[in-house]
Order: sequence, then C-alpha cells, then structure tokens
Amino acid sequence: MGSHPSIDSHPNVDQWIEFVTDGRILLHTGKVDIGQRISTALALIAADEFDVDYERIDVKRTETDIDPNEGFTSGSMSMQHSGKAIRLASATAREFMLKLAAEKLDVDIKNLEVADGLIQSRETNVSITYWELMSDKEFNILVDEGVTVKSPDQYKFVGTRVLAKDMVNIMTGNLSYIHDMALTGMLHARLVRPPHYLATLKNLDDDLIAGLAKSNVSIVRDGSFVAVVAPDEYVATKAATQLAASAKWDLKDGLPTKELFSALTSNKRVSLPIAPGGAPVDKPVPPLGDLSEEASVSVSARFEKPYHMHGSIAPSAGCALFEKNKLTVWTHNQGVYPLRVAMAEALKMELDDIHVAFVPGSGCYGHNGADDAAYDAALVARAIPGKPILLKWTREDEHAWEPYGSAMVCELRASLDKDGRVVDWSHESYGDTHMGRPTPGRSGSPAEKLLSTHLQEKPLAWPIMPPTMGAHVGVHRNLEPLYNFPNPRLVKNLVRDLPLRVSALRTLGAFSNVSAIESFMDELAEAGNISPVEFRLNHLDNEKAIDVIRALDEKMVSEKAGTSNQVGAGIAFAQYKNSATYCAVGIEVEISDAAEVILHRAWIVADAGEVVDPDGLTAQLEGGLIQAASWTLLEQVTFDSGGITSRDWDSYPILRFNNIPKIETILMDRSGEPFLGAGEASSGPTGGAIINAIYNAIGLRLRRMPFNPDAIRSAAMN
Amino acid sequence: MSSLILHVNGATHEINVDSDTPLIFVLRNHLGLTGPKLGCGQEQCGACVVLVDGEATNSCVRAASEFRENKIITIEGLSKDGNLNSVQQAFIEEGAAQCGYCTSGIVVATTALFKQNAKPSREAVHAALHDHLCRCGSHRRILNAIERLISDGM
Ligand code: FES
Ligand code: FES
Repeated sequence: MGSHPSIDSHPNVDQWIEFVTDGRILLHTGKVDIGQRISTALALIAADEFDVDYERIDVKRTETDIDPNEGFTSGSMSMQHSGKAIRLASATAREFMLKLAAEKLDVDIKNLEVADGLIQSRETNVSITYWELMSDKEFNILVDEGVTVKSPDQYKFVGTRVLAKDMVNIMTGNLSYIHDMALTGMLHARLVRPPHYLATLKNLDDDLIAGLAKSNVSIVRDGSFVAVVAPDEYVATKAATQLAASAKWDLKDGLPTKELFSALTSNKRVSLPIAPGGAPVDKPVPPLGDLSEEASVSVSARFEKPYHMHGSIAPSAGCALFEKNKLTVWTHNQGVYPLRVAMAEALKMELDDIHVAFVPGSGCYGHNGADDAAYDAALVARAIPGKPILLKWTREDEHAWEPYGSAMVCELRASLDKDGRVVDWSHESYGDTHMGRPTPGRSGSPAEKLLSTHLQEKPLAWPIMPPTMGAHVGVHRNLEPLYNFPNPRLVKNLVRDLPLRVSALRTLGAFSNVSAIESFMDELAEAGNISPVEFRLNHLDNEKAIDVIRALDEKMVSEKAGTSNQVGAGIAFAQYKNSATYCAVGIEVEISDAAEVILHRAWIVADAGEVVDPDGLTAQLEGGLIQAASWTLLEQVTFDSGGITSRDWDSYPILRFNNIPKIETILMDRSGEPFLGAGEASSGPTGGAIINAIYNAIGLRLRRMPFNPDAIRSAAMN
Repeated sequence: MSSLILHVNGATHEINVDSDTPLIFVLRNHLGLTGPKLGCGQEQCGACVVLVDGEATNSCVRAASEFRENKIITIEGLSKDGNLNSVQQAFIEEGAAQCGYCTSGIVVATTALFKQNAKPSREAVHAALHDHLCRCGSHRRILNAIERLISDGM
C-alpha cells in the first residue's frame, strides 16, 4: 500500500472525475453520504482544485462496477481516503486540461487562467471551457500523487460555509430515500420475525395464507425466514401483522439472562495486552501487580455501559430485483462492495451477477439493519423473479434485530506520587466484538454477518469473531490514553457468550473507554488536589491536545460555566483513535428536583486538521454530542429470556427537544494540514464531561449508564 | 376497496383504497407525496406529521377516510412555485438537518406552531416538538432556526 490506499486501488483520473453534462462535473466516490455531508466536502475540494463554482459539482451515489471501491464509509476515514483522492485527481485533471487548452489555443500554458471552468489566456482573448475540451472524452491518465494542489491562500470554497448538497431537497420533501422508491411493477414486502434470535418457526396458519393469497398476498418462507409480499404496501403490512399473530415458534432455551455486567467480567474471554501505539499483542496479560513504590494515593473505579441501539429514525429497507439470474440490489448500507461479496456468498452467486447501488436512508451511525434488510429483499426477490421488491423493516424489527453497540465494562486503577503525577495506570476493558459488519476477508464468511442467514432452512452458525489486532479497532479503541503515564497496563478482553447481536456503532469502544478515562482523570485530579485542567495538562506534551484543552478552559472560565447555584460543569478530552480529531468538550448541567440531568450549555473545541466544510463539521460534532448525551443519560437495550423488550421508542427513550443544551463549537484553524476524521470525535468526551459535570453539581460520581432519574436517586440514597 | 375524496395541497383527489388504510400510505403511494416519512407507524416519532386544517397531525395510524372533510398539507405543499416558507428558509440558514429523515415532520410542526403564535414561548416550542425524534442530533440547529424566526418576528 502506498500513501493513498484509495488511489493505489483506483489510479485513473477517470475513476474519480467525469465530465458528462455541459457545465457540470461529476465526482465518483466510494464513500456514501449518510447525512454527514461527505458529498458537500468533496464538492468543495474539487471546486477549488478545478477553479469552478461549487454549485457545478455533483457527487454520484456509489454503485458497484462504476464507482471506486473504498470499502465501508466508517471510522471517520472518508476525508483521508476520498477527500485526498478527489483533491489529487481534480488537480491532475486540471493540469491535463490546461496543457490541452494551451495546445488548442496555441498559447503559453503559463498565461492560462481558469475562472469557473473557462480557460483564458491572459495575453490573447482566446478562451475555451473545460466542457468544450472534454466533451465525450476520457482523461486516460493516472492520478499524479505529486501534482501541485492549491495552497490554502488560494482556496475560494474550502473552509467556507455553503449550502449543503441536498439541503434544499430535504427541506422541501424532495430528497428521495430508499423508502420512497417506486419502480414499475414493484411489490412491497414486510417480515414476520421470530420472537428472538434462537427461536425457530414451527408453523404458520395455512388457512390464513390461503385466504391472503386470494387478495394478492404471497408468502415467502425459507426456514424461519418469513416475508409477506403484496402490490399494496398497507395490505402487506396488515397481512404481516395477521400472520405474525398466528405463527407458532419453538422458543428453545431463550436468551441467556445472566446479569449483563457480571457476565462481562466473568464469562469466557480472550485477553490481550495493548502495546504502545494502541494495538493488541498476542502475549500473556501482565498481572495487575502491586502499586508503584512511589504511590502516595491510589484510586480504582469500574464503569459500565449497556447495549445501545443505532436507533435510526427510518427502519431499514432494501430493494432488489432478480431477473435472468442477475440480482440488482438498492441499499442504504455503508459499503456496496463489501455487501456484494457477502450476498454472493450467502446466495451462492457469482460476484459479476450482482449489482449493488447506494440510495440514501436515514442516518445510521454505524452498522444498523441496512445490510440485513438488503439481504432480506434479495431473498424475496429471488423467490419472485422479475419483480422489484421493496422490503421495509418495521420499527419493531429495527429495535429488536439491529446489531447493537456492545455493552462494555472498564476497570481502572491508578496511583499518584506526592507531586500528583500518575506513577501507575491500569485500564482493562471488557466487551463483545464491535466487528459485525459483513466484511470480506475477516474471519468466517461475511455471509454469516447477514441476519437472515441464521433464520433460513440451512442456517449458518452465528459468527464468533476473533480479537481484532489493529490499533484502536474494537473494544480497545482509545483504550490507550494520550496522556503520558509510565508503563500503563492496558488490557482488552473480548468476552464470549453474551446475549445480544452486536456490531459497529459510532466510535466502537471509544465511547466507553474515553468516558471512563476522563471521569477517572477527574477523580485522580481530586485525589491529588489539582484542578482537572491542570492535571490533564501536567500529563500531556502533545501541543494540539494542550491547545484544545486550554481553549476550552478559557472559554468556560469566560462564560462562568458551572458557577451558578445548583449547576455543575465538567470537561473531558480525547484525540479520536489517538490519530484523528482532537476534541475537548465541556458540559454544564443541573439536576432537577425530579432527579433529571438538565443539559444547560455545552462547548466543543476541535482540531480536525484542515477544515473543508466548517458548517458540516460543526454539525457532526454537535450531533455527536447530542447523541452521546442521549446514550449517557437515557439509553439501554432491555431484554429477558423471551427476547428484546425495548421494541419501540417508549421502551427505548432517547433525548428530546426539551433537554438540548446551547452548544458553542470552536474549530482550530489548521489550513493546509492533513484532514483528520471528525464524525466520531465528540462522543467519548461528551460521556466523560457529563459524568464530571454531574459530580461537580451534586457530588455523585455515576459509573453505570444510563444516568436516568432512577440511577440518580439510587446513587443519592447509597 | 372504496372510493375516497381527499383535499391535499390545494387539490382534490379521488382514490380507491381499503377504508382502514392509514393516511400516510395514501399520501405516499397513491398521491406520490413521499415527503411525509414512516418512522415508527406508532405515533411515537413525528416523521409522518402533516398539517390537517393547519394542525400538526400524525398520519401513520389514523385512516385516510377520517380526513375526508379536512384540508391536508404535506411538506411538499409548504413551498409555492419554488418559494420556500419562512420556516424552511430558517432551517436552511441554520443547516438544521443531517440525514433529513425527521425533517419533514419537524418543518411541518414548526410551521403549524408559528401559524398559531408568532412568538411562541420556550414551553410552547418544546411542546410542539416533544413528539418529534431526531437521531442525528440536529436539535440544536432546529431550535436555533426557531429562535431566529422568533427574533425576526417571522
Ligand atoms: S411514523 Fe408516525 S409518528 Fe412515527
Ligand atoms: S436529521 Fe437525521 S434524524 Fe434528524
């Protein structure tokens, strides 16, 4: 691999840039827009490199065979991958067109300048547009990784506030989501799911099925996979409800009901130490051992985080057409290429016989039900060839079957010497995998990551994921602190035999690890009688980390955060994956008489490297904060042996409009520096800052999420 | 199947549907108005909200046939000849959407709120949006847009 993985695998300019329509430039990317505004950012970059107006740039929705394969849109990597690739490809294309123009116009290339796609010579009056040069032509050149790109002082669009792509369509109801697809002859499908993962179908009511057939409703059954199909969507919905009510299931042993947090630290597990740099090593875990001889005070704490839902506002959907042994799938998942591989394996088809195209869905925040719904649609389409099938999960399907964010436990112990410096540090994290995506090349078949392969007649075994060994991938994301601690003892525990299906949810293990570390830092600061800010700075030498913490502190001091009665404030900091955006978050809370945590104000200071789309970046950081506040205060998936019990929005509450803080976001100006991924940067610090703010307000340090009124009351009583 | 007359976005439509079909399916599948979204189908998320005689109303449970007498407006009906209403404009100014799936219902509910009161109190704003869920965390920007509308006096 060279320095740009996306360009290594897609070296041709034509793989990224296309001049199709007069006056417009089309960008190809393997990264999909899931509300994080990657299209806007890519368009801004291309606009500057091409010297054309931002409005002239369109960003194509990714589909297999046509657009670059950039894997999954995940881990805050889109700007490093696609952003860089589009910048270099656009600059290469521009240079190529200038040469071409110089020849055509017979002028010196040095005198050419470009204004909104019009190439003009400063000496003569002659001019030509990009589109005149490129009509019906391909570039047929390689992306030049050494090409001169615009310097920050030449930017006209990068770093400015623009109208995001699709924003007007969203506001007028004209953005078309996968749920809105309407193909000729299309049939609607709904599922009848078992009560839980292990239950199997005994029988369906044959009389009911015969009756439904009379009103044009057909049933697709494959083992315990059951779908209802009808030309009319509501008819399909109703029939599915009726069929579900009559279905008989063998419930087997039910879901394991061992208390979750004790299961996390007592079940069978794979334990690995984390080496400097953040990756696990296949070596024995060093014993916790005695405290350092210099220790003058020692603290330990255990943090617990339950399962969380992605909780997309739209239940997942998939659309598929099986015709002449070829399958076309429309999906809102985060990676059309990996999904194609998984489906080819699951359906025993050739890759070339499957085409997968992205269509927008609602925000997913990781691996929600999208891939599963696509596969469900494909199963139905295969049973009813020649008809496009739009299959939608219900709210209940999504709540009960999406792959949740893993529950985690973090156990920390540390000591300070008499000067308040950390002299020993141990952090062990426990959790299930975060790697449930249908990714080719990981252990096991990607097919077994598609839900319904476990329900079909010949079910695949549920995946047992090996520990991921990369730096900051999974349970151990942000387990290694950025602070300078001597010989920290860091351990990841990948725990087996846990009850629920899990996969990647925004930040993977980082939310738990950062929340735990940052709460613990405050505890240590207090034990050492040092202010939380000073204590952190004492253990940092990374200038950028220091800068964001200082800037946050100055801001909060000047705004008198946490100084009025009944109100508390807390801060927290992390650099996402110790390699992406630096982010410090401050939160001010009040605890109401009803024991609710009221969010008053919040501050975010972020260093995301070069900022392309400041408004979009701010929206991501703010959205991450609000979502993480919701996780922290309210959320937990609940279940018993009969299955998931949080099956709607009443039983799985999330943050509402009445508890949204005022948020101020400060972005560090780092023009010309590399992009740092930012979509997940504020989540972990938000969890930590809330713990610290609650402690500051009422003197209770809460360590088992969610911090709902029950939790606050019972903490107050103990 | 029975025939049903509905008044939507200023036009009158005759539709043949099962009489218990919820309004949202008629709007989306029979009239092609896909602006209102199905988020839960249980009156818990607000994605499906439309105006019924000016009032923000969930469309995902109640049958279309209950609305024969009413004037229904969907998000598509808020802009006239490409001119967005002031709520839509304020939301755009504030960049008040990420994925946008919750947006249609929230824009409609906010429009209804300001129709009733050009200077709604904090409590009135929270009450109007209480049953609207957003998972992307666009809430702050939406509230900022509403504050902008209040200070601009609509
Ligand atoms: S779809 Fe109607 S309230 Fe959720
Ligand atoms: S903007 Fe995505 S759910 Fe609200």
